[in-house]
Amino acid sequence: MTDTEHKKPKPKKLLFLNRRAPYGCSLPREALDAVLMASAFGQQVTLVFLDDGVFQLKKKQDPADIEMKNLSKTFAALEMYGVNEIYVEQASMQKRGLTLAQLLIPAQFIATQELSLMLEQQDQVLSF
Amino acid sequence: MIFSLTVYGAPFSNQCSDTAYQFASSLLKQGHSLHRVFFYHDGVYNGSVLATPPQDERNIQASWSQLAQQYDLDLVVCVAAGLRRGMLDETEADRYEQPAHNLASGFTLSGLGQMVEAAMVSDRMITFGA
Repeated sequence: MTDTEHKKPKPKKLLFLNRRAPYGCSLPREALDAVLMASAFGQQVTLVFLDDGVFQLKKKQDPADIEMKNLSKTFAALEMYGVNEIYVEQASMQKRGLTLAQLLIPAQFIATQELSLMLEQQDQVLSF
Repeated sequence: MIFSLTVYGAPFSNQCSDTAYQFASSLLKQGHSLHRVFFYHDGVYNGSVLATPPQDERNIQASWSQLAQQYDLDLVVCVAAGLRRGMLDETEADRYEQPAHNLASGFTLSGLGQMVEAAMVSDRMITFGA
């Protein structure tokens, strides 16, 4: 191990909790910017979508008519940034009649109880 | 313990900025350290020196600036979120040829990296207004 590697701090486990629908509010866009930054800093990033936040991952978004930028392209780029830990809360999906096949990127279901456990295991939870 | 705070809410619109300020104030009084307050989303308005509340109301920006001076705090307004919403310091006003700047003393404009760095070095990162 070189000296530089030795001094490099251990990446932190940062969980981004997204609870809002993609366009009525700019927090989802701003959350995504923060996720990309955390990934650029080499942190261990997890994304969780909860409540109306699950709509952020829905396929076939077209916000052009309301003059908003489409978030889908950035979500599609997450894999390239090494962000692969992506979860959707199962109950939130079911309540909204969404299935994993309707999502634009691969995501895993997480049950509410498992989510509590996951939140406990993080260094920080960033809520959006 | 090392704390950092992120603030999303505009002052006077909801309780979020007041709660963040009171939380910051309390933790400092109790001897904890405050690594950074990062103002994001509508929270950027906390740094506007032009906010002019009636005299019998608290002035949230002035309270932050005073706290920053007292404890040598790092109050960071996100530059991307700030520019969009008209929060400029003198440098940015010059750069974009804007007629005025409004960032209060004690605040600085900086990037999202400051938010991530705060998450990396703090024991607790608390979000206000999510």
